[in-house]
Amino acid sequence: MPEQKLTGAQIIIKALKDQGVDVIFGYPGGAVLPIYDALFQQNDLRHILVRHEQAAVHAAEGYARSTGKVGCVLVTSGPGATNAVTGLLDALCDSIPIVCLSGQVPTHLIGNDAFQEADTTGITRPCTKHNYLVKDVNNLARTLHEAFYVAKTGRPGPVVVDLPKDVQFAEGTYVPPIEVKHKTYRPQVKPDMARIEEAVELIASAKRPIFYTGGGVVNSGTMASKLLTQFVKMTGFPITSTLMGLGAFPASDPQWLGMLGMHGTYEANLAMYNCDVMINIGARFDDRVTGKISAFAPNSKKIHVDIDPSSINKNVVVDIPVIGDCAHVLEDMIRIWKARQKRPDPAALKEWWTEIKGWQARNCLNYNHTETVIKPQYALERLRDALKGKDFYITTEVGQHQMWAAQFMPFDQPNRWMTSGGLGTMGYGLPAAIGCQIAHPDSIVVDISGEASFLMNMQEIGTAVQFRAPVKIFILNNQYMGMVRQWQELLHGSRYSQSYSEALPDFVKLAEAWGCAGLRATTVAEVDAVIEKMLSINDRPVIVDIAVDPKENCFPMIPGGKAHNEILLGPADNPSNATPEDGMVLV
Amino acid sequence: MEEKIEKHTIAVLVDNEPGVLARVIGLFSGRGYNIESLTVAEVDGGAHLSRITLVTSGTRQIVEQIKAQLSRLVPVHKVRDLTDNGPRVERELALIKVAGTGEKRIEALRLADIYKAEVVDATLTSFIFELTGATEHVDEFIALMSQLGMVETSRTGVLAMAKGPVGF
Repeated sequence: MPEQKLTGAQIIIKALKDQGVDVIFGYPGGAVLPIYDALFQQNDLRHILVRHEQAAVHAAEGYARSTGKVGCVLVTSGPGATNAVTGLLDALCDSIPIVCLSGQVPTHLIGNDAFQEADTTGITRPCTKHNYLVKDVNNLARTLHEAFYVAKTGRPGPVVVDLPKDVQFAEGTYVPPIEVKHKTYRPQVKPDMARIEEAVELIASAKRPIFYTGGGVVNSGTMASKLLTQFVKMTGFPITSTLMGLGAFPASDPQWLGMLGMHGTYEANLAMYNCDVMINIGARFDDRVTGKISAFAPNSKKIHVDIDPSSINKNVVVDIPVIGDCAHVLEDMIRIWKARQKRPDPAALKEWWTEIKGWQARNCLNYNHTETVIKPQYALERLRDALKGKDFYITTEVGQHQMWAAQFMPFDQPNRWMTSGGLGTMGYGLPAAIGCQIAHPDSIVVDISGEASFLMNMQEIGTAVQFRAPVKIFILNNQYMGMVRQWQELLHGSRYSQSYSEALPDFVKLAEAWGCAGLRATTVAEVDAVIEKMLSINDRPVIVDIAVDPKENCFPMIPGGKAHNEILLGPADNPSNATPEDGMVLV
Repeated sequence: MEEKIEKHTIAVLVDNEPGVLARVIGLFSGRGYNIESLTVAEVDGGAHLSRITLVTSGTRQIVEQIKAQLSRLVPVHKVRDLTDNGPRVERELALIKVAGTGEKRIEALRLADIYKAEVVDATLTSFIFELTGATEHVDEFIALMSQLGMVETSRTGVLAMAKGPVGF
């Protein structure tokens, strides 16, 4: 059979289909017109037109994180690619698999400062897992398949493929994915059994153990979450998780201590501080979690399971490193645990749980409910109760509302919670919610937002309306960049330098202008009715403006440079003396 | 407690593709690691493989981190810490231009002979010496020449290889 010649643009469409892509988030422009023309002439790939390229990447992240698939993005050259950079770095920090195709000026113009030219591979090199510039159409299919392989294997991440316009027009041959094998990239997924055996012996000998799990469990796939739950139940140990790992272990289980870290629960942080064996599965000892490194779980032996060898001993030196995929590691741990008939020390564990229950009794998420003003925590509690038993997904923006959402929204399944953890990107939540809703059209998708974050990508309401994505934007409107204000109170004498939201729009009228539903609650009594109404609207997006207490701060809080046992439970804990000078420089 | 700073020579085998050196250098600058010297050239044209030899310094934890980060780059085939892997040969090549006449010129030539430097260019008022050797050997020669009219130096940086029959 003679080799069939296709144009570069046709090769791209065929490669995407063969990689199982059904949705692509993008924005057209001069340097990607051939690809848009090829998209126009087929019906298998659905294109979601965003309003800004940053949002295309966040939407693809929401899609990827809620489905476990690779998110796909298409942007034009120059400003199209540079606008995507924030999204790409966001995906890198949170290990989200993304393939981003960017247009480029024709190969003969590269380097000539042509119109809408940017050195895209140069700019995105430190914000992607890998990137490619394709200069020959005969390398195109192979490169695209490689890009998907690199994006989704090992520690997932974003990959950019830069596509000069002449390559999109040129004719070449297509190769299917099956024939493409990467030369060098072979991440280790199966762990070293000697390490597993050591780890199991240490786990069995623990008197005050804790599981500390992260986004790696979610990234590994649903099997990893099942195995984690099974192993944690077998041991009877307490478990906490990072922001990114929420949902991997069911929050309704009594062994769950809530999130740990800077705004984590008292019991989770104290259990970390006082543990003797720490079992880190798929987390990376991020500074939001460890606090002061020299006082981090000072009397513990640490096991660290990670698929990325560079995570081992990067921030915290560990006793037993296990390199591998969480699901494989957990499967092996369970097998060895059973084969060796391991049992935890029941007396020690009973004592440990008694101590933990004492910390839980402090009721650290308690807040002063009032009938006069809506507390943000109250609004989230009501939302939580209204969603109970329903099929829902939550995204967030970044700031106080994000931390309250992490504290108050319980997740019993993985892939239900999408938030910008590592990069902390305001404006993430709305496009991520749209991407999630596109993947799950019949589910409830709520973007828990703040009024300042919402403004950062609010143009995406247009995308949601156009593609009938009935996302719910639940704005906890305190008229401040709340987390900035909270830090200014803690560290800068309450001088609210530029941290207030002036000239805000009327969010209800804004919603109506877009053809969405707009709802508002200004009194405690209105909250339930507004939530009920919000959940009843399924034919268009809903913007909900909840006027919350402008002064409320997020607790518990471990100030920068402090240890887990120096956690503040509320404003009465004298925040003015909280932060030592060396902690002030930390963000 | 101050941790000891160690100096390490690391060899990295990479695909010879555009941007690969930028990835390595960007990793060092972006993460704040030191590069004391770095050399790169294609070593297998058929397989499009290049070898990067770099000398870096840091605490043991940082050096381990550097190796892990290098291994994580997609076009990297192999990373070997030559400092940690038994005896090795390290060599640098230097070109040193010395200008002058009279006694200093004669002394420069005499020292070049002792250090086994080769004259690769000569005029009535200058020499270019070519010298190959361990870094310390090159340093010594340059220190002497700096007092005898040295006007220019060019060095390759360190190349290194583990001793014995085993290949990379």
